[in-house]
Amino acid sequence: MPALEKIRAFWPRDRVFDFLIPESPPELDVTHGVILYLEGITVSFGGFKAIDHLSLYIDDGELRCIIGPNGAGKTTIMDIITGKTRPDAGSAWFGQHLNLLKMSEPEIARAGIGRKFQKPTVFENHSVADNLELAMAGDKRIWPILMAKPSPTQQDQIEAIVETIGLKTKIKAPAGALSHGQKQWLEIGMLLMQNPKLLLVDEPVAGMTQQETERTAELLISLAGTRSVVVVEHDMDFVRSIARKVTVLHQGSVLAEGRMDEVQNNQAVIEVYLGEEKCSALKN
Amino acid sequence: MGILLAVGILVPLLNLTVSTAHPLHVSTYTMTLLGKYLCYALLAMAVDMVWGYLGILSLGHGVFFALGGYVMGMYLMRQIGDRGVYGNALLPDFMVFLNWKGLPWFWHGFDGFWFAMLMVLVVPGLLALVFGWFAFRSRVTGVYLSIMTQALTYALMLAFFRNEMGFGGNNGLTDFKDILGFSLQSDHTRAGLYVASVIALALGYTSCRWITTSRLGKLATAIRDQEDRARFIGYRVEDAKLWIFTFSAILAGIAGALYVPQVGIINPTEFAPLASIEIVIWVAVGGRATLYGAVVGAVIINYAKSFLTAAFPDAWLFGLGALFVMVTLFLPHGLVGMARHTYFSRKRAPHAGT
Amino acid sequence: MFKRPAALKNWFFYIFVVTIVWGCGYLHPGFAATSGSNVFDDGIACLLDDSFAQKAAAVEKLADSGDERAEEILQALLAGDLFYIKATQQLVVSRAEGNGYALRSALTGDALGVQKKRALKKVGINNTIRGQLESALARLRLSHPNPDIRLAAINQMLGTITPNSAALLRGLRDSEPDRDVRVALQTALSLIVLRSGPTTDKAQKQAALEHLAGNLNPAVRNELTLLAGNEADTQIRLAAKAILDGIDARLAFFNFLETLFFGLSLGSVLVLAAIGLAITFGVIGVINMAHGELIMLGAYTAYVLQQLLPDAIGAALMLSIPAAFLVSGLTGLVIERTIIRFLYGRPLETLLATFGLSLILQQAVRSIFSPLNRSVATPAWMSGAIPINAALSLTTNRVVILFFTLLVFAGLCLLLKKSALGLQVRAVSQNRAMARAMGVRAARVDALTFGLGSGIAGIAGVALSQLTNVGPNLGQAYIVDSFMVVVFGGVGNLWGTLLGGLSLGVINKFLEPWAGAVLAKILILVVIILFIQKRPQGLFPQKGRATG
Repeated sequence: MPALEKIRAFWPRDRVFDFLIPESPPELDVTHGVILYLEGITVSFGGFKAIDHLSLYIDDGELRCIIGPNGAGKTTIMDIITGKTRPDAGSAWFGQHLNLLKMSEPEIARAGIGRKFQKPTVFENHSVADNLELAMAGDKRIWPILMAKPSPTQQDQIEAIVETIGLKTKIKAPAGALSHGQKQWLEIGMLLMQNPKLLLVDEPVAGMTQQETERTAELLISLAGTRSVVVVEHDMDFVRSIARKVTVLHQGSVLAEGRMDEVQNNQAVIEVYLGEEKCSALKN
Repeated sequence: MGILLAVGILVPLLNLTVSTAHPLHVSTYTMTLLGKYLCYALLAMAVDMVWGYLGILSLGHGVFFALGGYVMGMYLMRQIGDRGVYGNALLPDFMVFLNWKGLPWFWHGFDGFWFAMLMVLVVPGLLALVFGWFAFRSRVTGVYLSIMTQALTYALMLAFFRNEMGFGGNNGLTDFKDILGFSLQSDHTRAGLYVASVIALALGYTSCRWITTSRLGKLATAIRDQEDRARFIGYRVEDAKLWIFTFSAILAGIAGALYVPQVGIINPTEFAPLASIEIVIWVAVGGRATLYGAVVGAVIINYAKSFLTAAFPDAWLFGLGALFVMVTLFLPHGLVGMARHTYFSRKRAPHAGT
Repeated sequence: MFKRPAALKNWFFYIFVVTIVWGCGYLHPGFAATSGSNVFDDGIACLLDDSFAQKAAAVEKLADSGDERAEEILQALLAGDLFYIKATQQLVVSRAEGNGYALRSALTGDALGVQKKRALKKVGINNTIRGQLESALARLRLSHPNPDIRLAAINQMLGTITPNSAALLRGLRDSEPDRDVRVALQTALSLIVLRSGPTTDKAQKQAALEHLAGNLNPAVRNELTLLAGNEADTQIRLAAKAILDGIDARLAFFNFLETLFFGLSLGSVLVLAAIGLAITFGVIGVINMAHGELIMLGAYTAYVLQQLLPDAIGAALMLSIPAAFLVSGLTGLVIERTIIRFLYGRPLETLLATFGLSLILQQAVRSIFSPLNRSVATPAWMSGAIPINAALSLTTNRVVILFFTLLVFAGLCLLLKKSALGLQVRAVSQNRAMARAMGVRAARVDALTFGLGSGIAGIAGVALSQLTNVGPNLGQAYIVDSFMVVVFGGVGNLWGTLLGGLSLGVINKFLEPWAGAVLAKILILVVIILFIQKRPQGLFPQKGRATG
């Protein structure tokens, strides 16, 4: 039966449809202690170089703050890491094996990179619980989510997170009805539900009260160690309160890197950045 | 749901058992009209799935409706057999008229009812799958996507107007005789088709409801509101869009297939951009993102259309045009939204005073 | 059926009677040979004689008279269409109609109604006269004072030319002052040589062939095809084949140019229709589904103005350009102020609302002007074609519209680049919030932009009225196409719209011959979908940091 043989050759019996193979996120390899490699990244928008030959390494378990004046390219870096913007040149690796430049946004998210936007973006027509449920780590393909019902463990997880982010009383309320600070917290909660290896947090404390800011700082510090956290922030007090290592961006490339006090005393940094920030720093 | 069941049982009963003289008698004409509205309601629900829940304003859902209708029409054409004007058992009348020598390949198999019914699902579904695969993968959204869908229906309308396509040109398919051996003229067949429409609508409603309340449904609204966010928490947005769009197209196809035997004709005007955009207005009037809103809207507007086109033929387009403007300006959530609003504000009113 | 003859006709009638009374051959002394006209009248009189000899003399006289009417009469005589009415001896050209004959006076060209066959008598001819007629006709046209007519006559006779006329043509060639006509005469002579059969000298034939190289006249091509297939002499056959291939290549080239021209013409229409949409969509981010109806309003403005000024069609058309701009522009302003401004930030709702408006506008036009198509007349200076050569001629109205489009485009670019409004429009389209912070009154800019885009739609309508009939559905056909152009070219980029429109037009016209109009449209749609897949922002994307 050559025909049958041909069919078998074309379609081996040990193969099944792709969609039947259970999805397992690609393994993250951090054996060298570095979780994110960005090398020689360049992006230009219509002739203007937003990122110019930037290299940045984030260690596994590190808490890193990125500061820099407006237009330094902070948000663009996050766009590149999460796959929203493709660089013109350079390479971006997640662990040893995952080439971020070849992956789509959902793939990157499933591989373990979570992102909080500068402007809080939550699903405003969904309740807090539904927001968290959607963000929850798990199989995110179409058929499974059509069938999915949150298991008791998952319910517990959601409740635990709601507790953490302080929205217990609002669990049924639509996210659109939350205050700006609460939305920020909800978004952080969604990040936690995703259970990512690397968190990218863009201006987490904008619009938060002093108390909330302190709690955010605590939370981020507690997360570091088991996960890596990258924080972009303008609020220098906040940065000072959490930072181990600070990277200063200027005009699309790294100007300085080191501990907060080192960076603060760096002459170049003082000139281009802290000089501008002085007035706002004084205000704080 | 309860209303639907009641209507589904009562109307054919009143049509078949109560004598014509009795005041409770429902004429076959009325029943067929109601059946037509039910098909429209199913169609409106399909549009609501993609527009209301998923945020894709499809201006081309008439395509899937018409394709479902054409598939059904092809089956009914084959059932005519040699009873056509030319008495040709092999070819439908219009092919004899156009001097076709044989049946084109895509007409084969439509003698069989079940094959045709399968095609009712497959043809619209496949088109939606292919179109959606291209459109969603390239992240065409918003008005771009809307115009794409309109271009799709426009192109297909031009294609189906051609005699060479083999679907009867501008006359379409008509002169059907019977379905599954039952004459289409008899009251019993009419009642049967009516009941089939009721069942289809009920099943459609249940499955839509199942989807919208599942996590997939939550994802759909999430995509509608914050597409990027959904992507960054790890969902393949284009997959979700693609499958819901395809599901909706299949629903529309079923509606078309039930519509054709009840009205007795299918022609390329069903592909007209206006026909598709009218469906959207049914949903808008009823209320987006509520399934029963779509049903209510479809029935009300079509009732108004039946009435107005007969009473003031010129005024209908003015009325329809004004409806588009008024609903978008003053009734963004449709009748259902308005009803809800008044209900809630009345309920809240005493509290507001304190 | 007797119509009151005009004064002129009376005069001719009088001459008839007189000449008939005097008899053929005798000339009335009062009219004697002082002018060509008299020779002509004389000839006419002789035609009515039954004798073939007299008729032959008449033919010569008519041909020599130099009168403009001679040619038509001789032609009718040759075709057997020349009769005279028995009762009045009036000479008529007739054409069978129903069971009678429609008559036209041979002398004045007036229609004389329909008559039964019995009332008429045919002016009969024999073979000798037929031959005489042919050469007389040719001579008539070949010696016409206008070189264009001479040229046309030669080109017309190329297909049927026989060796008999060789001597005549040679004589004409030697005395011809116009260069083009001389070349054409040489072509005719070359063809005669090629047709003259095996007796002719081979070298002569080769020279003739050489002269025909690159000639685009279909008769030449036919002759060469025959020669390349049937000629006994291999050398000549191969030479003919080579020249034929050269001609075919040239023909293909001009065919290509023609398709290109049609493509550009279609493209210019698309650009004209799309450019207003591009402005409104680029600045406000709103698809105006009533844009097509604004085009339609422009076209109806042209129609109404022509109805008001029936004697000055061209002036009415020129006047309708600003008028249509105003009509459509004001309509657009009203639409923006009353509807669209309440829907900013909700593009899909705007789409639906403007679609509703398009229905209302269509139905309004249908109620006012009737659902039938109206045609807008084309002024004389825009009709006809510009001939480039035997294989290519460009329709004047399309050429005019192509240039008109470029003019409108240039004007618009200038407006947006140089004027204060342009600066504000560009500012708002790039960053609405910032522009507002800088003191730009965004709402006013929106309204004016919308008015501007709508006004240009009106102008497009005037241009369209020169290409198609004007009807209530005119606009519908263009909205999807215009949007495709905008998408293809890249939103917010006028150059993109220009290039996108022209290239879509050209692609369409090149696809049409082998795919058919409908399939070409579908193919283009697929191409655009695939294109957007590759470059989601169109040909000329506006680069910038992706904002949420």
